[in-house]
Amino acid sequence: MSRIKTAFLDLGYMDTLAGMDTPVHRLDPRAKLLTTLIFIITVISFGKYEMSALIPFFLYPAVMISLGNLPFYYLLRKLLIVAPFAVMIGIFNPLIDREILMHIGPLYMSGGWISFCSIMLKFTLTVGSVLILIASTGFNAVCMALEKMGVPRIFAVQLLFLYRYIFVLIDEASRMANARSLRSFDGKGKGVKVFGYLLGHLLLRTVDRAQRIHLAMLCRGFDGEIKLNRRLEAGIREVTFTIAWSAFFIAMRFYNIPLIAGSFITELIL
Amino acid sequence: MSHHIVEVKNLRFAYPDGTCALKDISFRITHGESVAVVGENGAGKSTLLLHLNGYLMSGNGNIRIGDYPLTKETLKEVRRTVGMVFQDPDDQLFMPTVYDDVAFGPLNLSLPPEEVDIRVNNALSTVGALHLKSRPPYRLSGGEKRAVSIATVLAMSPDILVMDEPTSNLDPRARRKLIELLKTFKHTKIIATHDLDMVMDLCERTIVIHKGQVMSDGPTAEIFTNQELLAESHLEKPLRMQGCPVCGNK
Amino acid sequence: MHMADALISPAVGGTVWAASAGLIAYCSKKVRDDIDDRKIPLMGVAGAFIFAAQMINFTIPGTGSSGHLGGAMILSILLGPYAAFLTMASILTVQALLFADGGLLALGCNIFNLGFLPCFIAYPFIYRPIVGDKPSQNRILLGAIIAAITGLQMGAFGVVLETLFSGLSELPFKTFVLLMQPIHLAIGIVEGVVTAAVVSFVWKSRPEILEKTANTAPVNGFSGKFVLTALLAAAVITGGVLSWFASSNPDGLEWAVFHTTGKEELETPNRNIYSLLGKIQEKTAFLPDYGFRVSEDVKTDSSEPESIVNPGTSVSGLVGGVVILALAAFIGFALKKKNGSR
Repeated sequence: MSRIKTAFLDLGYMDTLAGMDTPVHRLDPRAKLLTTLIFIITVISFGKYEMSALIPFFLYPAVMISLGNLPFYYLLRKLLIVAPFAVMIGIFNPLIDREILMHIGPLYMSGGWISFCSIMLKFTLTVGSVLILIASTGFNAVCMALEKMGVPRIFAVQLLFLYRYIFVLIDEASRMANARSLRSFDGKGKGVKVFGYLLGHLLLRTVDRAQRIHLAMLCRGFDGEIKLNRRLEAGIREVTFTIAWSAFFIAMRFYNIPLIAGSFITELIL
Repeated sequence: MSHHIVEVKNLRFAYPDGTCALKDISFRITHGESVAVVGENGAGKSTLLLHLNGYLMSGNGNIRIGDYPLTKETLKEVRRTVGMVFQDPDDQLFMPTVYDDVAFGPLNLSLPPEEVDIRVNNALSTVGALHLKSRPPYRLSGGEKRAVSIATVLAMSPDILVMDEPTSNLDPRARRKLIELLKTFKHTKIIATHDLDMVMDLCERTIVIHKGQVMSDGPTAEIFTNQELLAESHLEKPLRMQGCPVCGNK
Repeated sequence: MHMADALISPAVGGTVWAASAGLIAYCSKKVRDDIDDRKIPLMGVAGAFIFAAQMINFTIPGTGSSGHLGGAMILSILLGPYAAFLTMASILTVQALLFADGGLLALGCNIFNLGFLPCFIAYPFIYRPIVGDKPSQNRILLGAIIAAITGLQMGAFGVVLETLFSGLSELPFKTFVLLMQPIHLAIGIVEGVVTAAVVSFVWKSRPEILEKTANTAPVNGFSGKFVLTALLAAAVITGGVLSWFASSNPDGLEWAVFHTTGKEELETPNRNIYSLLGKIQEKTAFLPDYGFRVSEDVKTDSSEPESIVNPGTSVSGLVGGVVILALAAFIGFALKKKNGSR
């Protein structure tokens, strides 16, 4: 039950974040979506032993979080929740690839550890950027942007419908799960069979609900095609935002700033 | 003003599994009337309402909405004329934001975007929900959801409003606000409900349905004082007409 | 078993993404052409149903993975493969966007593994033939379990292939397969049982729901032709994307040349200018090695493994990294302050 409630509150909270009014929130969703995609592609395109060159990319989340007034620790927690899979796959690298590729004084670092760190950096950047996108834009606006950018209407509408009814169904499912746990003792009543009935019931209700929604749509002239009266406006701000960030990402892809800066600094000191 | 008339003649309907939901229902509602349809659970109220917008069609009996007999050909016109407000607002509000939801109907009427915009704003301000415009429906309270549901229908500019249990699941204050709102509407209204106190406030005429038949059709005040009729149709006098349990006064 | 962005290379991610996008476009057209517009709300709420169902606790001991409760199989049975695929794709998109479960680039892989394979392979070629036109309790049970297991096994294998082709993980093919397949066998059995329980419950109480799909599901029309068209479309799109990539990006072009010629020496120029972490770069292409990375390969890749790194450069890299990170954080804080004081 707690899991359902958490998910529910979580969705709601992301929505609240997206409803804020900051310069980042006011940007056209398409600009943010496009920038996020370019960000992810450039980050992913780095080689497996790349660490230092990834660092400048943290500027993007840092700027977005501060300008967008987003809660840093909350996003970090969300990020950690989904980390296990990447860690699970990545952790084999240090075990298998033991060649020493780097040493700083007495400290040696094997290729495996470097590539593991690289994976984790990429993970943080890519997942972080997606979380920022949603928290500063909202799911519905992202769907609208997708539709305007050529995603088939029916798929965009499907995403909107899905998101709309997640709230209703999670609520319904949690009520049923509560009713079940209040009447099951010592683990009895939580088996596959009961679970099947429970889901079966929920499914039947869902089908009925779909029928009622369809009826409500028909009553308002639905003819098989959902129309949206939404004009997105992308002005000079959006174009500047997208182009500036993309240029930055691509520049960072080709010039390893940390290394250049580092050489410069060490040369000064030494 | 004949197009505000609802006429049902000898309507019968049985579901595919054989359940006979409506047996010979006839009535006529004229322009501007506000009519309550009451009856016990399973009496056939909802089935009747589903006929009024052509969702269910039966070969038996006929229905006239305004100038048109209800047939497949006139369906579109009828659905525009008859605005239907469903019992569960979550079924009615399926779009991502309140604005999109209210705009859904007008857009389907292929109105130009500016006209859609005007209609949405008008409908929302009529129900006092203009400030909710950009909110997603799942973040509204029960009363707000109901108000927006009504706005989605008003935006179609219907002549006849059909409502299924409009006051269910509302807190007393939201219920009162809704009743006051409905009072201001000039539309022909057909309201199916168990809330007999609301009926007293809103409807001068009541149709009692029992086991798929019209038990009685007449002025609300008369019907609610007919103890026998109410008992037979599994109903009770509205609370307000019953004695006060505290002071014992009528 | 959601793939993450950090584990795939752009080439793998892009290819599978293009394939999934093509499938979405194709299925959207199919569903739109379907006369039955009742499916539009049904798909939406059915997707929400799967979402909610995944949240009612029912974990498989020891794996912690309970995520994907036969979603695709239940949806295929309820909606037919095309609508089910779209619904599955939408669920995965929501998970990627809202729960950061899987990434945007990896979304293509996830849609392919968890949507395409069960909806278009397991459902039409396993579930339908077993259950046939006259379903019975036992047939539904058998069909659902076998189809769910096969679907998941294929999906897990998809994860293995996509990860290995990306070349970021050092896991050898065999180990990875031995790791993934048995876990997903266990998950698959449980999923199959749950799917069977739900489907037979619906079949007993409201058979007409399932019959409707059985009649409209284009099982017979589903043929090699479709698969061929889809793959062809995917290939064309990928080609287009890659050539765009290559033309707008000199490094990408270099990468393409490198892969077509198969010569690794071609990839070093323009990097050594900044002596990026020394010769480590030799192990890295613009896109990591495209192929199975078995430990032997690693050895041959870097001919002089020991003394390749100039400690000076590594230190520079580290120092610079720290400085830049601090700078990024500082800019962040500064902006926040400015933003807050307004």
